[in-house]
Amino acid sequence: MRFSRTSSLLLAVGASTLVLWAGSAGTRAQGPADSYVIKNARIVTVTGPVIENGSVAIANGKIVEVGKSVTAPRGARVIDATGLSVYPGMIDSGTEIGLTEISSVAGTVDTTEIGDNNANIHVDVAIRPDSSHIPVTRVNGITTVLTEPRGSLIAGTSALINLDGWVPKEMILKSPVAMHIVWPGAEVRGGEFAGFERGQRSIADARREQDKKIEDLKKILQDARAYADARDNAAKDSSVPKPDMDLKLEALIPVVRGQMPVVIQAGTERDIKRAIDFAGEMKLKMILSGGTEAYKVAETLKSKGIPVLVGPVLRLPQNEDDPYDTPFANAGMLSKAGVKIAFQTLESAHVRDLPYHAGMAAAFGLPREEALKAVTIYPAEIFGVSDKIGSIEPGKIANIIVTDGDPLEIRTQIKHLLINGHEVPLTSRHTELYEKYRARP
Amino acid sequence: MKKLYSAFSMILAVSLAAPVLAGSGPGAGSDPAVGTGPETTQAAAAGVILIRNATIMTASHGTIKNGSILIKDGKIAAVGQNVNSPDPGAKVIDATGKYVTPGIVDCHSHTAVDGNVNEGTLSVTSMVRIRDVIDPYNPDIYRELAGGVTTLNILHGSANAIGGQNAVVKLKLGRPVDEWIVPDAPQGIKFALGENPKRSNFQGAAPAQRRYPATRMGVEETIRDAFDRAKDYKRKWNEYEAKKASDPNAIPPRRDLQLDALVEILEGKRMVHSHCYRDDEILMLLGLGDELGFHVQTLQHVLEGYKVANEIAAHKTGGSTFADFWSYKMEAYDAIPYNAALMAERGVVTTINSDSDERARRLYLEAAKTMKYGGLSEEEALRTATLNAAIQLGISKRTGSIDVGKDADLVIFSEHPFSVYTVPEMTLIEGQIYFDRQVDLRQREALKREKAELIKREQSEKRPGGGRTEKKDEPDLRPNEPGIDQ
Repeated sequence: MRFSRTSSLLLAVGASTLVLWAGSAGTRAQGPADSYVIKNARIVTVTGPVIENGSVAIANGKIVEVGKSVTAPRGARVIDATGLSVYPGMIDSGTEIGLTEISSVAGTVDTTEIGDNNANIHVDVAIRPDSSHIPVTRVNGITTVLTEPRGSLIAGTSALINLDGWVPKEMILKSPVAMHIVWPGAEVRGGEFAGFERGQRSIADARREQDKKIEDLKKILQDARAYADARDNAAKDSSVPKPDMDLKLEALIPVVRGQMPVVIQAGTERDIKRAIDFAGEMKLKMILSGGTEAYKVAETLKSKGIPVLVGPVLRLPQNEDDPYDTPFANAGMLSKAGVKIAFQTLESAHVRDLPYHAGMAAAFGLPREEALKAVTIYPAEIFGVSDKIGSIEPGKIANIIVTDGDPLEIRTQIKHLLINGHEVPLTSRHTELYEKYRARP
Repeated sequence: MKKLYSAFSMILAVSLAAPVLAGSGPGAGSDPAVGTGPETTQAAAAGVILIRNATIMTASHGTIKNGSILIKDGKIAAVGQNVNSPDPGAKVIDATGKYVTPGIVDCHSHTAVDGNVNEGTLSVTSMVRIRDVIDPYNPDIYRELAGGVTTLNILHGSANAIGGQNAVVKLKLGRPVDEWIVPDAPQGIKFALGENPKRSNFQGAAPAQRRYPATRMGVEETIRDAFDRAKDYKRKWNEYEAKKASDPNAIPPRRDLQLDALVEILEGKRMVHSHCYRDDEILMLLGLGDELGFHVQTLQHVLEGYKVANEIAAHKTGGSTFADFWSYKMEAYDAIPYNAALMAERGVVTTINSDSDERARRLYLEAAKTMKYGGLSEEEALRTATLNAAIQLGISKRTGSIDVGKDADLVIFSEHPFSVYTVPEMTLIEGQIYFDRQVDLRQREALKREKAELIKREQSEKRPGGGRTEKKDEPDLRPNEPGIDQ
């Protein structure tokens, strides 16, 4: 096993000079899991105290033991982490990874379906394991991302994926995770494209269109509830006719039954408040995404137990008269109010900068430990996978990074990376191009 | 409503800037009244400031621990471990535990351009000038000051093979905009290669927006043609100048503002800053410069610069790139975060720029990425956002590093400027405090009250065609709705 992994690594590096289009970088998991012992490490467990000079034992893809000393699994490969730290791999709570490659080239973009109700769309069938964005992201310590569909109104369901695997099935940790709703906005301007403003409407018109979309959304969910009731009634009583299959309404059954969370993307105070009221009225299990002005609604979010996927943090303020640091300070204010937060980049190519979104929030008021939790254990809790990822604890999937420092700091280097208990080479399309052109005479 | 909003943001900009200009700051006691006029700056300019006990990252000669900087008349008068102020009236800023760096110089910005950054109707627009369209009330100016930015290279957009003239400015918020222009900065101009001038990503655009060139070949011919015309134009002027002494009836050529700027390039009086991505187009432009006799001062973005760093270095051309931005279009797919380090290793004067009102606010962190990717030293990394940018813009005699005699353009950081946890606390330009976080924090409540007052006044105003009702769900009564002025 060791021989084959090493040789394929050499092959990958050698081949990189020839293969530039495909995200050829790095070997991925092969065959049964290896076992490892990471020794002499400072272990930041996240959920428990930091263990100085400790060890982590890994077998069959899982963490089996964590402590001052551990029993090495049979045949374990030893990683000496003297002077290094062990952290759980980071989690980005909102990305497009696997669905897009080059954002301006339509043929490489599979993020957004046509139409307002795409509840039946699920990203797991369109994730490209060979996307060059995957190695580029994981070598900076991000091991799991939520990949979500884009769109208007009901975009579809997301999946949590580990960033290593030959086929999507090996990558997917959970699918579906949540239904994604893009809250209709009331923008007056259509934005700018190529220097030309795309349409402008009055505030009243914008509000009317927003109200109509919200009514549309309500009607869809009411239909789904009626459909679910009809299905249940037919199942209970054979004399009741069974409704025809409707894939969109079918996909919404767990949503209207409160079994599947709904990620609602909204930014302004007004939109967030309306979305919260709407979720209450429709009995949805809401998660707020974006939430640029969520700090203004912190008390309500706290009292209703609505978590917030904060981000991108690295953005300009919503309003021109907001304090300049509002997007940076948002997470800290939410955390202080007791709202559960996790960070998202809403990116694909730049998910690797996730730790700096969290770090900037920490610079502007979020306690550093909370910033780390918001890219590890908190997203795991929000997405219902805290038994599997998000901390260094026995029984969890071995998504682990070994670093020479705080992973939220830019200058920190990742020294080892394990996903699903496999050590993954720290190579990417970028390291390959680097090595290739560094060797130019 | 829009009017009210703009008025408010003007008040915001001036009220935030003016008091700090007046020389308040931590330890100044009470805040000066909002609206203190910028007239007071002259008095402060004559003042002496001593920044004490800081870790000073000079960007030119290493890091000084427990160092001090003496500022006189807007210039750095002394820097070192044993620097004191001879003037007992000096304003003393205690920076114990803090870091001081040169002000950030952003070599690629479009901040504060009023309206469209592209005069996109022609492929050669060398006659248009950014300095004519700087909006001194743009809110991003203050936001960037809060990120330690002191100097910008404000460029025309990249829609045209030859774009408009640039403006190198310091962000002297609250001062007349003419004073922002760095007086001895060499003039410059924007060129652009690749997908943007050939409009690759505008296929759906209206026919009026389609135009020559549509290929990289056409981009080269567009530039060549413009310079050929400029050479003919210059020849005609030379002939006229030679003739006019002996021939009083000699007729001067008609003045051509488009070609004037290109002649200045040929005469070495105007710097070319060229947007580019791919190695082929980089080599094309360098070769064209050799052939036609112009120098390329900087390659902007230059995301494949690492592939042809030898050639760029041989042309003494600078590279101004992104830290880690990539994959947003086809020509950015080979972009790697190691680009800056690889170019620097081969001797290219390299900078990290923002090209974004948002990234500009954290260029100090973007610069840190050159240490992570490719292992630049701390000082080399700092230079990518300070001294090297000043060199690329031809203003390194006055800014870009902490050296005696240079303008006192400085940033005080709460922690190491490359730590993600750092906060820029104070930004000085020529010895004036243009951003002070403590003042900013203290003024937030007052500004909130002032806004509420303005809204109240607006709501009670009568409008033509009938009175304004106080109906609760009247949508126009919600000025904090961001859609209104975005």
